[in-house]
Amino acid sequence: MPLWNDYHLPLSVDEAVGLLARYDGKARVVAGGTDLILDLRQGHAPPVEALIDVTRIIGLNEIREAADFIVIGAGVTHSQIVESQLLQQKATALVEASYVVGGPQVRNVATLGGNVAHALPAADGTTALNALDAEVEVASFSGRRWIPFTSLFLGPGKSAIDSTREILTALRFKATGENEASAFSRIMRPQGVALPIMNFAAKVRVLDQQIEKVALAVAPVAPTPFRCQQTEAFLTGKPANFESIDGAVAVLLSECKPRTSPHRATGAYRQEVLPVLLRRTLGKAIERVKTGEVMPEIYKVE
Amino acid sequence: MPALNFTVNGKPVSVEVKPNEFLAEVLRYKLGLTGTKIGCNEAECGSCTVIVDGQPVVSCIYPALKAQGAQIETIEGVAAQAYSPNPKSKIQNQLHPLQENFIKHGAVQCGFCTPGMIMQAKALLDRKQGEPVTDEEIKIALKDTYCRCTGYVSIANAIKSANGQEISLADYLPVTKHGYHVVGEAKPRPDAVAKVTGAAKYADDVVFPDMLFGATLRAGVPHALIKKIDTSKAQALPGVHAVLTHADVPGRKNHGLVTIDWPVLCACGDKVRYVGDAIAIVAADTQEIAQDALNLIEVDYKLLPVVDTPEFAHQPDAPRVHEKGNLLKHIKVARGDVEQGFAEADVVLERTYHTASTDHAFLEPECAIGRLTDEGRYEIYVGSQIAYQDRDQVAASLGVPKEQVRIVGTLIGGGFGGKEDIMGQIHVALLAKATGRPVKILYTRHESLIAHPKRHATTITVKLGAKKNGRLTAAKAELYGDTGAYASLGEKVLTRATTHANGPYDVANAKSDCFAMYTNNVPAGAFRGFGVTQSCFAVEMTMDELAGRLGIDPIELRKLNSLQVGSTTNTGQVLLESVGLDECLDHVVAAMKADEAQRIAAQRTAAQRTPVPGIAAQHTAEPFIYGQPWKIGHKNYAWGLAVGYKNTGLGGGANDCAGAEIEVYACGAGTAEIRTSSAEIGQGLPGVLAAVVAEELGLPFEQVTVLLSDTDLTPNGGPTTASRQTYVSGNAARHAAMQMREVMSRVAAERLDVSPDSLKFRNGRVEHADDNNGHSRGKSASFAEVVEWMQAEGRSTKLIYEYTAPETRPLGQGGDMHVAFSYAAHAALVEVDTETGEVKVLKVIAAHDIGRAINPLALEGQIEGGIVMGIGNALTEEFPHEQGVPWAQWLARYKMPSIKHMPEIKSFIVEHEISSGPFGAKGVGEISSIPITPAITNAIANAVGVRVRRLPVDQDTLLRAMKNGAKSVD
Repeated sequence: MPLWNDYHLPLSVDEAVGLLARYDGKARVVAGGTDLILDLRQGHAPPVEALIDVTRIIGLNEIREAADFIVIGAGVTHSQIVESQLLQQKATALVEASYVVGGPQVRNVATLGGNVAHALPAADGTTALNALDAEVEVASFSGRRWIPFTSLFLGPGKSAIDSTREILTALRFKATGENEASAFSRIMRPQGVALPIMNFAAKVRVLDQQIEKVALAVAPVAPTPFRCQQTEAFLTGKPANFESIDGAVAVLLSECKPRTSPHRATGAYRQEVLPVLLRRTLGKAIERVKTGEVMPEIYKVE
Repeated sequence: MPALNFTVNGKPVSVEVKPNEFLAEVLRYKLGLTGTKIGCNEAECGSCTVIVDGQPVVSCIYPALKAQGAQIETIEGVAAQAYSPNPKSKIQNQLHPLQENFIKHGAVQCGFCTPGMIMQAKALLDRKQGEPVTDEEIKIALKDTYCRCTGYVSIANAIKSANGQEISLADYLPVTKHGYHVVGEAKPRPDAVAKVTGAAKYADDVVFPDMLFGATLRAGVPHALIKKIDTSKAQALPGVHAVLTHADVPGRKNHGLVTIDWPVLCACGDKVRYVGDAIAIVAADTQEIAQDALNLIEVDYKLLPVVDTPEFAHQPDAPRVHEKGNLLKHIKVARGDVEQGFAEADVVLERTYHTASTDHAFLEPECAIGRLTDEGRYEIYVGSQIAYQDRDQVAASLGVPKEQVRIVGTLIGGGFGGKEDIMGQIHVALLAKATGRPVKILYTRHESLIAHPKRHATTITVKLGAKKNGRLTAAKAELYGDTGAYASLGEKVLTRATTHANGPYDVANAKSDCFAMYTNNVPAGAFRGFGVTQSCFAVEMTMDELAGRLGIDPIELRKLNSLQVGSTTNTGQVLLESVGLDECLDHVVAAMKADEAQRIAAQRTAAQRTPVPGIAAQHTAEPFIYGQPWKIGHKNYAWGLAVGYKNTGLGGGANDCAGAEIEVYACGAGTAEIRTSSAEIGQGLPGVLAAVVAEELGLPFEQVTVLLSDTDLTPNGGPTTASRQTYVSGNAARHAAMQMREVMSRVAAERLDVSPDSLKFRNGRVEHADDNNGHSRGKSASFAEVVEWMQAEGRSTKLIYEYTAPETRPLGQGGDMHVAFSYAAHAALVEVDTETGEVKVLKVIAAHDIGRAINPLALEGQIEGGIVMGIGNALTEEFPHEQGVPWAQWLARYKMPSIKHMPEIKSFIVEHEISSGPFGAKGVGEISSIPITPAITNAIANAVGVRVRRLPVDQDTLLRAMKNGAKSVD
């Protein structure tokens, strides 16, 4: 049986939404296809009548600034994100996360929008977006709406977006501004799994050597993207240094209870590296604010 | 069908495609651009990389219609002008600098990854626009473009050289002996041009008119009774031409290389013994229809309890995988009195190790094409390591005489032992017979992973006893080997594991017992190292620990016991020559010391500038103490070392022979062709054979062609296994050339009116030479002229030589079990992150005694590739089963080393010639990947104090052991 029968390359969101309506639940949206096509091929997703490729929709492959926000179209590839000077400066964590996704050939086609729509709570881009308080734009026959990023995740691989009727058209988040920076790190297993053992993203505002505001995202510790709210609260108002970070470890470990994933990591290992990731990631973000040097850790061998 | 309009290599193309076709398929099967390879079909391996609108992408999962209007570059468009696959044409000038340098630096081996690798490298260099490229940038760009042969070093060197950052071969090729004209000189592969231009043909690149596509229904369950097989719905599907089951196998129902126990197709009423067992095969108009037909075949199973480990298989009450029981073979090695030896010892140490099942992950999945010729013979096109045995096995199962079957070897995209067993060969013959049409079976990566034999998982207990002075008094080993559902080469592999399980040491009292057990796991068979990889890990880990107990330097302990000329092995073989182990060890230790001295000097200079407490003080006394770690931040560093040995050739009493046919031609300046069925699997055999023949006939290397792997056209070279082809086929080719030279000498002597003994063959000429200084005395003829004289006299211009290696003795009978052994010492510098347990191999120093280097370029490729494969064995690779069900059913779940794992490699060659080898050469194919694993695990133990006795090294358990203060991971 063919995995799909028709392949469409609509040029507008309206056309794409119209196609989805025409196929009445039997078509799915595809961007880079590096997740969906593998799922179809390996039988993890049922065959569909049509694939609606959104990567040629005019305007959807742009990264732009709009007021306080940075908007990333759903057709933007991971390579575009990594190479964007705007994002390198103002969303460093997302650039670092996008850089470690797949290999160069995959990053040249795989989109961040597609990765988010896939709703894997531990995906690297997801963790970065979570720390950046992102929102997503969803288009359907009834129009377009912005929803909080986290409301999109219903469970591992379960998205609030019905990709047979709706399209994730864009992502947006506030750019890091004066006295702010972000960072991302992860730990991989060298044996065969594509998902990280654990990843971590931090965004911080430092004023007068104090942590004024901090966002910490870590995965996987829950079936949906998780923010370390207690650790964030603990750190707020503390001096921006490693003593404060080390002091937050007990809180972090009390609110994050990582579990064992077969063939990936034990819960015990994750508990060991969780404080390491906090220290490395938040430490890196604070350092960036202090020095004003926000260049992401990319173009290096992992 | 919609039209795809795009530009391919500068030419506008319009082609009708199905909406669900992929770019790689359109390029390969619709446009005939078969240079783009499909290795995994899951965006993992990078072999299918093409450039779309300036961006490299993996074309295997790129929907073809997504390329609507795009500019596509493939390997076929990289050369500046049209090229000719004729190696004699002056084509080098037209190649792209990347292509030229891939050839020059030996970055082409099996060649299957080469097109994707070059496309990815081209995209990088195009972007750099002539700016210098760094190692880091190369690693980043090539990170997900895998090569299984080279170890990436030559690839990185080729890319830099292509970018104008010239690297000279002399800078990094190890020093080897010279003294001949061709032998011992670095030469590019004869098949390299075809491989860098995309012209090289592998099995899936071969197409016949009216060809059908076959597919295989796999059991999917590890152990079950087949209650029903109903193929009626599949038979009825339009487009299906044949559906065959057990009853349709006219001849022998089982296949097997040693033990004939593996069903061609499983019978209803009989059992399936592993998930990859074949139940039915179909032939259909398209691959899609063939797959649909498989889904319509109904099979009912009664599930049986699963035998999941060799230890469980050995229990008396374990379920039986085969009726004869679960023990394939109990293998025994004994020398002296081991109990007496332990009684004499001052220190006795016993340790147990576990090694994982691993996959060869050759980049070319299995493919075979079968067809019936007009004369009614079967022709099988396949990339196989053993052409003649394929022929015999196909003939047996088809119930026809051997002469009715011809195996035509295509190029092979990597083997490493994984293409020795029958996979699709018999099936395509059956389907061709049933349909009367050519039938191709191409395995998916998933199918390749679950079907073909793996490396044996083992549990090995090593016990060593030594005197206080370090002399080993006894060595004992007990091995459990998991050979899976069928024997494959399990008995042979585990025999090698057992005979090598006491290490390359002369121990008066030695004993090893191995239980080769059937289980319901995927069968295990040949895999580079052939069992020795596993036992070397166990022995060499124990040696380092024993040294610690004795308070002796581990290097000293090894030298005190190492095999020497005159030593006796644990099987009772007295070694009379060619034992370069100590010299290997000396090279590695000296290089390790030099590296350490350099590091410490640099550290001292740095410390003088900014003193770091503790660090400078560590190394004030002795410049190098093996095993001493150092720290930088939260990372620990240390060197580790191991030695190993590996037999060349089948040995053990087997009749180890190879035939070679030589034919000389008068065309041009005169040429020769050497023919043998031996396989080129990326190791460089054609270069070795061409060099040997060129040397003996005094021809330039380029004037010798090589024809391999065709049972009609090439004599039997035997299996390409056991690091044997340079030795056996090399000897056969050499003797064939020597005999041809004699014939030519006699003819030329008569015409030139000189004595045949006075003739020298050199520079493509036959010259009458002075006996003392070899100067020409004027009378001479070109090689071509002599061939013409032979033709004029009606003499045959071809002859066959059958070479038989010196006789060996079976295990247990003492005497020479093997014709030769190769030796190696490897040292690895590792970095362990003490916060995360992550391990990196930064440097490897390696020394190999391979007798004599025939082609140093190919040799270095074998060494670097073997080392990186060994790094995979130590750190990344594992093919686990859960109750007989393999977990790594897709390549995404099986990680072989990528270029980011490539360490800095320093290589030394030790040439202790073996008199029976061609020009003194022994094998290198396997030894290069053997000691590296324990060198790494010993280094980890030195760095962080945890001995990892279970492979692969798991950072999770390693970190927890470090945190818990445990001394080992068991």
